Amino acid sequence: MICTGGIDVGSTYAKAVILNEHGVILGHALNHTGFKLAEVANQVYQSAVADAGMAASDISYVVATGFGRHMVPFSDAQVTDLTASARGATYFFPGTRTILDVGGQTMKATRIDELARVKSFRLNDKCAAGTGAFLEKTARYMGYSTEEIGPLVATSKQQVAISGVCAVFAESEVINQLSLGSAPADIMHGAVASLVDRSVQLMKRVQMVPEFTLIGGILRFETMARVVREHLHAEVNVPPENLVQFVGALGAAILAQRRLQKLNQSAGDALLDHASIGEEDLKEIT
Amino acid sequence: MAYTAGVDVGSTQTKAIVIDEAKRIVGRALIDTGANVVIAAEQAFAAALKSASVPEEEVEYVVGTGYGRYRVTFGNTQVTEISCHGRGAALMFPGTRTVLDMGGQDTKAIRVRPSGEIVDFCMNDKCAAGTGRFLGAASSALNIPLDQLGPTALRSERPVKISTTCTVFAESEVLSWLGKGKKIEDILQGVHQSIAARSIGLLRRVGVEEEITFTGGVARNIGMIEALQKGLNAKLNVSDDSHFMGALGAALFAMDHVRAGRAPASTGRPS
Repeated sequence: MICTGGIDVGSTYAKAVILNEHGVILGHALNHTGFKLAEVANQVYQSAVADAGMAASDISYVVATGFGRHMVPFSDAQVTDLTASARGATYFFPGTRTILDVGGQTMKATRIDELARVKSFRLNDKCAAGTGAFLEKTARYMGYSTEEIGPLVATSKQQVAISGVCAVFAESEVINQLSLGSAPADIMHGAVASLVDRSVQLMKRVQMVPEFTLIGGILRFETMARVVREHLHAEVNVPPENLVQFVGALGAAILAQRRLQKLNQSAGDALLDHASIGEEDLKEIT
Repeated sequence: MAYTAGVDVGSTQTKAIVIDEAKRIVGRALIDTGANVVIAAEQAFAAALKSASVPEEEVEYVVGTGYGRYRVTFGNTQVTEISCHGRGAALMFPGTRTVLDMGGQDTKAIRVRPSGEIVDFCMNDKCAAGTGRFLGAASSALNIPLDQLGPTALRSERPVKISTTCTVFAESEVLSWLGKGKKIEDILQGVHQSIAARSIGLLRRVGVEEEITFTGGVARNIGMIEALQKGLNAKLNVSDDSHFMGALGAALFAMDHVRAGRAPASTGRPS
């Protein structure tokens, strides 16, 4: 069995996936990224290897992705998060043409072709109002933790309009709404809706085409996908809840498999397939 | 003797000033705004009266300003904080042509006539980057009291370049620099420089003309004064009462009303 590892060091969470050559996910793990990137990358990798019931020596190739991909000393190669996510999203939904990735500190919209190659992308990593941090802050102003966002917003009957212009200014807005008697669940719902507004703007800028696949940590909150669906008047794909945060890491592990196949090919009979998907992706390896 | 008062209800702190007919400050008070804006305004006003030893009935007119000006329930009228900062700065430093007001949540660049009248202004209304909140984020991330930020930053020899724009992300950037072993003073100096750069951008949009007067709560921060002076290559007017400038301006507008009331025939601009 040929196994590979994918590690996605994101702004908020670090994720790792172990994959075999048949595309079966054998193990996965995640942890808060914190500030010691190399340490946390190693820790989630070891946990994922253990989750797969294996030893690190059983893993043939490791690809790192995410903003901290250059801080993974034991990785064999690095790919951008866009390339990795495209690969991961098409693993679950082969018809994917537009990906929306909403993470803790970034939001990305990517349009891909039928071979999962990135055609266009836009990202926001400058302003917290367009990221998961906006929801986290809104929740915190009302005394709720990040984990409570999902259950809280699920109880909302109607949304309160939240401008979503700035995550700092949201504090005054939230306090105002609370003093007007609005329910925290409805305020949270409004915050999700404002985040979706921003997401759809980003998707429009990459000239989105269906199928739409939503990934990233914020998709743990069911409401997010529902509001996007209402906003787009279209169906959206969401990977299984327990894996929605692992799409980038999975994509990295898939690319690691392709890289291995290619290395074996060239080592064998030097039969290089220049049209292969692996070749395209490796161009993006930085 | 007639007195007037100005109450400036800011996002973070509420300030009150009492002046006499000679436009001298006779009392002042500063409290945290907190959640109840109405009570904050009342308390600040009461404390200013106490510090002036002036009974409330001798205050003929009260003007409210700041974002909570409509919650100054005892106020006779309201004036925007932009007008008030311009007016206050012009009294304190008559040569003032440009005012930079840096508060808890917003930063404003204001260009004024010699009378303190507003020519133009510019503010951050969509984003909290480059405001006092950026310092607040650094303060809580590094666990250093606000009043120590400036003096600490001034010890820096090799400032760090802060790349974050968003105040929310600034906190994690500060911690990541700390994790990389950078000195606290170098990180803080980077924070000050980053805020100064954004404020200077705002100033350039209204046009910088000397003299420049620095007002608002952040004007108490020596590190910010230095960073701005270096970035602008100009000297800033800073008063010990910088953070009372809006309240002072409000009290001056209140005095206009009192004088206009005594001379109803006057049609010219109140002085």
